[in-house]
Amino acid sequence: MSLPLIELKNIEKSYDGNLILDDLNLSVKENSFVTLLGPSGCGKTTTLRIIGGFETPDKGSVLFNGQDITSMPANRRPLNTVFQKYALFTHMSIAENIAFGLRIRKKPQSYIDDKIRYALKLVNLEGFENRSVDSLSGGQQQRIAIARAIVNEPKLLLLDEPLGALDLKLRQDMQYELIRLKNELGITFIYVTHDQEEALTMSDTIVVMNKGYIQQMGTPEQIYNEPENAFVADFIGESNIVDGIMLRDELVEIFGAKFVCVDKGFGVNKPVDVVIRPEDIDLVKPEDGTLCGVVTHLIFKGVHYEMEVTTPDGFEWLVHSTDMFPVGQKVGIHVDPFDIQIMNKPESEDEEAAGVNE
Amino acid sequence: MNSKKVRWLAAPYGLWMAGFIVIPLLMIFFYGLTDRNGAFTLSNLFSIAAPEHMKALILSLLLSAVSTVICLIVAYPLALILRSRNIGKGGLMVFIFILPMWMNFLLRTMAWQTLLERNGVINALLAALRLPPIAIINTPAAIVLGMVYNFLPFMILPVYNALAKIGDDVINAAKDLGADERQVLIRILMPLSVPGIVSGITMVFVPALTTFVISNLLGGSKILLIGNVIEQEFTRGSNWNLGAGLSMVLMVFILLSMALLGRYDKSGEGGAF
Repeated sequence: MSLPLIELKNIEKSYDGNLILDDLNLSVKENSFVTLLGPSGCGKTTTLRIIGGFETPDKGSVLFNGQDITSMPANRRPLNTVFQKYALFTHMSIAENIAFGLRIRKKPQSYIDDKIRYALKLVNLEGFENRSVDSLSGGQQQRIAIARAIVNEPKLLLLDEPLGALDLKLRQDMQYELIRLKNELGITFIYVTHDQEEALTMSDTIVVMNKGYIQQMGTPEQIYNEPENAFVADFIGESNIVDGIMLRDELVEIFGAKFVCVDKGFGVNKPVDVVIRPEDIDLVKPEDGTLCGVVTHLIFKGVHYEMEVTTPDGFEWLVHSTDMFPVGQKVGIHVDPFDIQIMNKPESEDEEAAGVNE
Repeated sequence: MNSKKVRWLAAPYGLWMAGFIVIPLLMIFFYGLTDRNGAFTLSNLFSIAAPEHMKALILSLLLSAVSTVICLIVAYPLALILRSRNIGKGGLMVFIFILPMWMNFLLRTMAWQTLLERNGVINALLAALRLPPIAIINTPAAIVLGMVYNFLPFMILPVYNALAKIGDDVINAAKDLGADERQVLIRILMPLSVPGIVSGITMVFVPALTTFVISNLLGGSKILLIGNVIEQEFTRGSNWNLGAGLSMVLMVFILLSMALLGRYDKSGEGGAF
């Protein structure tokens, strides 16, 4: 195991008596693309600002390459940040913006010129040296903000919702652009977003946060397919979260019907949360289904139909399918065993926030 | 609302401008360019070259420049502190600094007169402490003091506003790129607050250049600023033509200084250009 590039240990931070981060531990390996994902107020931006040196944690320490940098001021940290609203220097030309960090470090002019040209080429804005900041679109400004950060050759780049202010199409283009940049430069990215799709598209590792706690950390596939609790399941993609009873290993009862699943070790007759993704529900003939219901809602979404199937107990199942079933039709619900995700029920609100489920 | 109606709504302002700005200005021009008999002459303008007028003008320019510089030196760090501390979002502190402006200008200047007098409050305090008295009243220093005291808020406000507009992220970005506090100040805060500095300079320099009240009260009758000369031509000397002529010359100096400053204020926040 290589040493982690950045490590947060027992970080605690509160503002005006509100606990934002509580005993946060996070370790990021070199050359990875880690995304901190969560709703606003979950502490993701605070975490990033603590790594960047713009906030000091109340407790805990920040290690960079094993060295404690908790009290090191931002201007001496060996990392760079791309801010949400670009934060370009409007009184300087594009070239001067990019050169800022290099000039501070008193690099020779020829080196600076080379770097400016290289960075502009990297972000596909060649020839923009003498343009003013105001003449650039939002997407272009964001590219300059990235260029300004990467010319300093940081080992770690922090990105605070860098695409938040861009429109959808541009955002998607920039997502691919960032992945390309990351691969070309070989530097570690820590990326903050509240957009789950962005997180799934771009990251090697997603850290799902809520109320100052890490809910789950894993690859995009793990986070999506095996959410550890109801919060993660609900936050990442759409899902049906229902109450179930784990009868025994590999068998769960939902609304009186027995579903075969692949989860083990929950005990016998244990109440659990069951997550089933809308695209994992197969609608079949009523006699072939494990549960029966009636289609109560139908919307055409382009790639698929979105339907709501109401079962006799009153639960409305969200179903995505390329097959269309008209409203009012009786259907059967079938779910393959490996598409059923079983989670322990949190025993209290605090525990839910803390993501304790083991 | 159609545009015709809107245009009518502007009529009172048109009247106001005509009655209280355009006509008085034309009258000044008329008086300035004629002699007592109403004949055209440039002698009123050229009389600025007369030694006593030149001396007053130079002293005025000097004292207002010194006052402006002192105001900037005092106001800039204060505005920086207000910005960074975010004391009640800066509102209360700014309010306190603006508060004296709510009292009558004459009253405040006369208060300084009593404070600075030979047997005034300050000298009484110094005597109580067995320190030698200061003889500052009726000196150029007293005038500068009065100018700085009266016009300081006009410097603080625009500079603070300009600094407050700079986002925290911009400063953080500079630090992130390696800049220390001094470099942030010199490379980011100062250049970005230039529009505020320009506004502040204009708002202090122009009234300081034309004042005659402060020099009357704190400078005694011996120190004449160009404002005093003009005032005397209108009141005691009854030579309106000469007063108007000198006013026009002063106006040229003000316009020149504002044009000069305007070149550094691209956002057009300060000055008339």
